[in-house]
Amino acid sequence: MTGSNDMTNETKKVGFMGVDSPSESDMYRCVHCGLCLSACPTYTHLGVETESPRGRIAYMKAVHEGRIGITDRVVSHWEKCLQCRACEAVCPSGVPYGRLMEQTRFQVLTNNKQGSELRRISSIFLRSILPRPKLLKITAHLVRMYQRLGLQALVRTTRILEALPGNLDKMEKQIPVMSDRFFGPSRDIYKARGETKKVVGLLSGCVMPLMQGDTMEATVRVLVRNGCDVVVPVGQVCCGALNLHSGDLKLGRALAKKNIDIFIESNVDVIVTSSAGCGSSMKEYSELLSDDPDYGEKAMWFSSITKDVTEFLVDLPWEPPLHELNRKITYQDPCHLAHAQRIMDAPRKLLRSIKGVELIEMKQSTMCCGSAGFYSMVQPELSHKILHTKMRNIADTDANQIVTANPGCMMQLENGLLDLNGEQTVVHVVDILDEAYALEAQNV
Amino acid sequence: MYGNKVSDWLNKNMTEKSLIDELQEVVGLEDVISHPDDLLVYEYDGSVDSNIPLAVVFPSSVDEVSRILKITHSRGIPVVGRGSGTGLSGGAIAPDGGIQIAFTKMTRILEVNVQNRTATVEPGVINLDLDNHVREMGLRYAPDPSSQRACSIGGNIAENAGGPHCLAYGTTTNHVLEIESVLEDGSIVKLGGQCRDVPGYDLRGVFVGSEGTFGIATKITVRLLPLPEMVKTFLGIFPDIESACTAVSSVIGHGIVPAALEMIDALSIKAVQSVTDAGFPDDAGAVLLVELEGLSEEVEEVTERVESSLWDTGATNVLIAEDPEDREKLWVGRKTAFGAFGTIAPNYYLVDGVVPRTRLTQVLRKVSEIGSRYDITIANVFHAGDGNLHPCMLFDEREPGVLDRAMKAASEMMEYCVEVGGTLSGEHGIGLEKKEYMPLVFNEIDLSQMKKARDAFAPRNLLNPGKIFPDGESHPIEPHRVSPGQYI
Repeated sequence: MTGSNDMTNETKKVGFMGVDSPSESDMYRCVHCGLCLSACPTYTHLGVETESPRGRIAYMKAVHEGRIGITDRVVSHWEKCLQCRACEAVCPSGVPYGRLMEQTRFQVLTNNKQGSELRRISSIFLRSILPRPKLLKITAHLVRMYQRLGLQALVRTTRILEALPGNLDKMEKQIPVMSDRFFGPSRDIYKARGETKKVVGLLSGCVMPLMQGDTMEATVRVLVRNGCDVVVPVGQVCCGALNLHSGDLKLGRALAKKNIDIFIESNVDVIVTSSAGCGSSMKEYSELLSDDPDYGEKAMWFSSITKDVTEFLVDLPWEPPLHELNRKITYQDPCHLAHAQRIMDAPRKLLRSIKGVELIEMKQSTMCCGSAGFYSMVQPELSHKILHTKMRNIADTDANQIVTANPGCMMQLENGLLDLNGEQTVVHVVDILDEAYALEAQNV
Repeated sequence: MYGNKVSDWLNKNMTEKSLIDELQEVVGLEDVISHPDDLLVYEYDGSVDSNIPLAVVFPSSVDEVSRILKITHSRGIPVVGRGSGTGLSGGAIAPDGGIQIAFTKMTRILEVNVQNRTATVEPGVINLDLDNHVREMGLRYAPDPSSQRACSIGGNIAENAGGPHCLAYGTTTNHVLEIESVLEDGSIVKLGGQCRDVPGYDLRGVFVGSEGTFGIATKITVRLLPLPEMVKTFLGIFPDIESACTAVSSVIGHGIVPAALEMIDALSIKAVQSVTDAGFPDDAGAVLLVELEGLSEEVEEVTERVESSLWDTGATNVLIAEDPEDREKLWVGRKTAFGAFGTIAPNYYLVDGVVPRTRLTQVLRKVSEIGSRYDITIANVFHAGDGNLHPCMLFDEREPGVLDRAMKAASEMMEYCVEVGGTLSGEHGIGLEKKEYMPLVFNEIDLSQMKKARDAFAPRNLLNPGKIFPDGESHPIEPHRVSPGQYI
């Protein structure tokens, strides 16, 4: 083996440090067989080993072995990772790639090696605004004003941001359109239709209730229609997924503990979320807090009763809508549902249960759309490339509606349609169920 | 004296710098990787060897490949082609002081001719992508190495890759019609032809499996086969590996030629089941996968004979998977086995020996004895139908001395395979890892004849030197590898 000394002269070699380092047993599970390559969106788009899961793990090993420092260049390769975890789902060795990458990003953060300027800007948002529900809501109000009062149109027509350094203009384009109505936690109980089968605690989340308030409401209605009492406990905070993905394990743990406390008080049978990304993180609270003497067991409980809304409905089981909807749809698997939670059948079962709905599978429906939390903002070019492939596969299906199950994917696909001036719409699985249920109510 | 050192340094460094410049002139700035940090992840493939290349170049056409080789030829720099880097014998690992030509930008399926049942592809096309593409037209590309999800057709050609279904359909060489290849001096040749038989020497035949030492394939025409009308997969569950071996002989002895006949032992079952539920029972001593393909009448007729062969040789249960999903599950289990060994130990070393089918039981017994003697855990997953063993030694290379023990054990296993009338490698190539064992099978005259064949294609031995033949070559791979940054 190469006992290298100077990889790059300017960089002092600092290995991984502290408890939150990628563990040897995780890293060396990778036998570099390469079977992950074809599943990786960045590898398939760029064709270079440096942007592959196997390559990123090789860098982790090299840092660990002291063969290379945490150089800017290595960081830039790690940062191109979407953390979609498609590699993890196909890995024959069961390498826990998601965990490795979160720990690696934590190490990058602690070594103050945060890469791109865009990532630094977004981290301000991640650390200062996202975890504070009130501040977040005020920001959303401001953004909504910016969008509704014509300021956005002004900024876009004058292209003023292009004059400023960095990629602010590209970032601006990624600002999602705010909902007309915001959703949020409440002291009300939404009572089940008919006999109560389950008491559901719904995660409100951070950005989803502000951008996709309608989908949140649809979630409540669909759960109520299927015999669930729904509570949206007051005091809950963001699930911490975005912070965890960017390596801020400290803040992620703080948010997790807050949510655990609130949901313990709320006395629910099950915790449901309609955001795949949140569900994936919440199911991993148990791992995140496994060494915490106070929260270890509580986190295990919390994770064990957390369900994605599609998974929960299928297990319930749901009542297929009685009304017909005539349309062709295609389904985009959210990465954190298909890869992180390995849920692919449940959403399809729900969609196929709606009479008249024809589900046309697109090619590579489990390949990331390029949204990946903040990725579309911090890696706009690559994200756009990946989105482009996705939109081509969608176009091939002839579907007039794109269905998915995660807020980030919905926004990204809407952006993709804007670029193409596409006629299609993007909805969540619960949106289309809700629509069918609503028609059924009208007919009775 | 001092002055010489300076001029040597200048010569070396200045020329190397301009090598990168020249390569960039051919493919563009973006498509040459030369930064040491980036090159670090080009040191490995799927095998245990590693070596950092001088540079990695990504051409997009045969013309670019030809120009690259003209540059390296004039500078005497060794070259190796690289597909996906999934090989198991070190075939794609850079020779010392050499560059890699990577084919991830040449991934087009150029033509599928449904009537003639052929496809013409660029070398970077992924095996499974080709198969999936032609399946929509009712055809298939038969060679199916376990890495088919990631490995490239170019790499398959270099290694003459096999796979479970090669029992019935033959290895890669049986499916390649024509190859366009660039030679070490940059000239472009056509080997074989669009028809099954071509006049003159079968140079296509010697090229396939030449492990990148004859030329760099840039365009390949392959044969396609029609999809079988019916496919049926049997899972025979056995209390131990010996009874499963007897079943292999019994199935073949009944005159049945299954499309695939695969063995998975207890330890491998455990590894596979821990990562994916393939439906292999946890308490089985071994399972045997038998796949039948063909016209439905034909398959139905043989079904009973396969079943009775399995029951008669001691199967505790025989399951039949007819629908595609169930079959897929079994095959995913088989094909993820090697990766799944990562759950047992971080490194594996696999012996690719071939033995006569009738000797399977005897050889496996020996393998197990060698394993315990060297204190190395061994898992067996292999193409039983061809007698192509894959005893896989599982270890952690960070444990002092273990690599040495594994290599000694491997050596004994290979010697034994040869002793009972078998050979070194069934499908993974010789590459770096098995070259020292070549004298077990070939004498000096045999080896020198092989070298003469190579010299006819690559007289300066600049293509993937240091592979296949035992050391003493002009470019031996040293046990101490090149330091990163040493060249640039």
